[in-house]
Amino acid sequence: MRLDLGRLRAVVRKEFRVLVRNRFIIGTMAVLPVVFLLTPMIEIFRLSGVPALVVQRFAGSTFLLLLVVPVVVPAAIAAYSVVGEREQGTLEPLLTTPLRREELLLGKAIAAIVPSVGIAYLLFAIVDGCAQIFAADPAVASALVQSSQLVGELLFAPLLAGWSIWVGIAVSTRASDVRVAQQLGTLASLPPLGVVALIDLQVLTPSVTLALAFALALLVADVVMFRIVSSMFDRERLLTGRSAARAASRRASS
Amino acid sequence: MRRMSGARWFTRRQVGFGYRPATWQGWAVTAVAVGAVVTVLLVLRKSAAGPVAALVVAAAYFGIAALLSRPGRRPSPPTPGVEPAPRVAPVATPPAAAPTAGPMALVVDHLTKRFGERTAFEDVSFSVAPGEVFGFLGPNGAGKTTMVRALGTLIAPTSGSAVVAGIPLSADNGTEIRQRISIMPENPGLYLRLTVVENLQLFAGLYGLRKPAARIDQALEAVNLGARGRDYCGSLSKGLRQRVGLARALLNDPAVMFLDEPTSGLDPVAAREVHDLINGLRQRGVTVFLTTHRLDEAERLCDRVAILNTRLRSVGRTDELRATLFSRSLVVETAAPLDAPDGVFATSTGVESWRSDQPAHYLLTVTDPRAAAPAVTRALVAAGADVVSIAESRHSLEDVYLELIDEDPEAARR
Repeated sequence: MRLDLGRLRAVVRKEFRVLVRNRFIIGTMAVLPVVFLLTPMIEIFRLSGVPALVVQRFAGSTFLLLLVVPVVVPAAIAAYSVVGEREQGTLEPLLTTPLRREELLLGKAIAAIVPSVGIAYLLFAIVDGCAQIFAADPAVASALVQSSQLVGELLFAPLLAGWSIWVGIAVSTRASDVRVAQQLGTLASLPPLGVVALIDLQVLTPSVTLALAFALALLVADVVMFRIVSSMFDRERLLTGRSAARAASRRASS
Repeated sequence: MRRMSGARWFTRRQVGFGYRPATWQGWAVTAVAVGAVVTVLLVLRKSAAGPVAALVVAAAYFGIAALLSRPGRRPSPPTPGVEPAPRVAPVATPPAAAPTAGPMALVVDHLTKRFGERTAFEDVSFSVAPGEVFGFLGPNGAGKTTMVRALGTLIAPTSGSAVVAGIPLSADNGTEIRQRISIMPENPGLYLRLTVVENLQLFAGLYGLRKPAARIDQALEAVNLGARGRDYCGSLSKGLRQRVGLARALLNDPAVMFLDEPTSGLDPVAAREVHDLINGLRQRGVTVFLTTHRLDEAERLCDRVAILNTRLRSVGRTDELRATLFSRSLVVETAAPLDAPDGVFATSTGVESWRSDQPAHYLLTVTDPRAAAPAVTRALVAAGADVVSIAESRHSLEDVYLELIDEDPEAARR
């Protein structure tokens, strides 16, 4: 695989321009994080003199809640990416250029992952910062900045967003309708959060090792998904609804 | 074409495992990765997390190297008989003669495309000279758009071969071919939330153009849209969008330009503007492959036309097709029906036969209309007829088209 950074940059720039001019997407990206921010902020001010187990559960649930953001925010963008281009008739002109499929897919992924991870990191910073400054109980402040949690926040946000994006694009390459793609994409992006939920529920004991191991697994999953999505991106199928590879194998076998 | 150095930061080793840094950026990434591994191992030396973190860093490094690498092999030798791709010239190329001699811009040899049981086109062969405006006609479902997509490397032909802009058509050559051609689909497919210039900036980036701003200005001037560059495409009329599509197709100064029904859905004025643009392209020496339903358009614009109906029915200049399909004839109109038309026309030199479909109108099949017309006039005057008009019968491209399509069993089933 050979990437041309000029073409990649052109796709990313176009995606950003389209994103920032879409009020619906911008509204979703702005409102959703605020909603997810409310509960932890209230709890930071409210929790005081509670048992350690309650504080630990609060830290776990906050961790899980904030990690939903980098999963959900890019899911809709990614699910729209290919089927949306096809619906508005812009996919064919793109495919007539020297653009390689990997460049197109990576460009779209970068444009979705950057704002998602940026928002996620901002939320982590706000919650952790407010906890350090305003928490009524010092135990709450220290629970939110445990090393395992910080490593998890830093690593899981981009990797979960990556997973969500590749799943969304995979669905988008096969879907024929934007709404179906967005619903399926959002649903399919959620499973990795199950592991985070197990940590939150204390089924898995949180530790730096566990966080790194999970991050490694997510990284491998992201790379594998990228390869799968690349192979699914078939120009002929996207334009005609029929796969060139399948037609070739049928010819070879006959 | 501009290539960023980042595309070659690493080379993939042919023997052994791994990647070798090929540029200073590659070495910098390698140094950062090594530093990160050492730091992680030192900081977390008392924890089991140390080796795991080092593995994560290493995996990330190899991921980056894989993305930004090229195979460590020599470039393949040029294909025998195929000319190396010339550099892309600026949009404002000096005017050139229309069709020129030399290597063909497009050579299609027994090309077939099937979708399962359905045949889009079959056993199609033709060639297009550089600078030629070539019309590709046919009824709905004849395979015109599929042919454009196949020649544009968007879909793979089932069998046969082709050479597009001097490059053999194959999946491996797709990127190179697409660099040297441009395709304007029936729907221009613009990003409506972006301005005209932003739309063109995207494609200038995808073609790796040098000085994209100047090229965009030239392309917009070529389609008379210089003043509309900052308008959002969503605010443009369909005709103007079509012009933006044409400007986009002009950006990379293609060797072959495929225009798929460029005037579809346009009003007569907008269609006329597109015709003028295509004539402008012809004068600049651009090879244009034009698919259209509009036969008047093809007749006015094209040097040659091909009529496709799954199979190629005919290829040639429109006058050649007329001469092949229709016998030459004179149309005679008199003030009153002749008493003995057989006696008048049979004695006239050069008249082979005649028929009358309505009173006082006669269609004469002749060997040479210019020689036969004076003889027929003299015979009519001698017979005492009042001659209203004598004219050579004209067959339009539409007549040619209908003649070819009507005799085609495929069309009859449609």
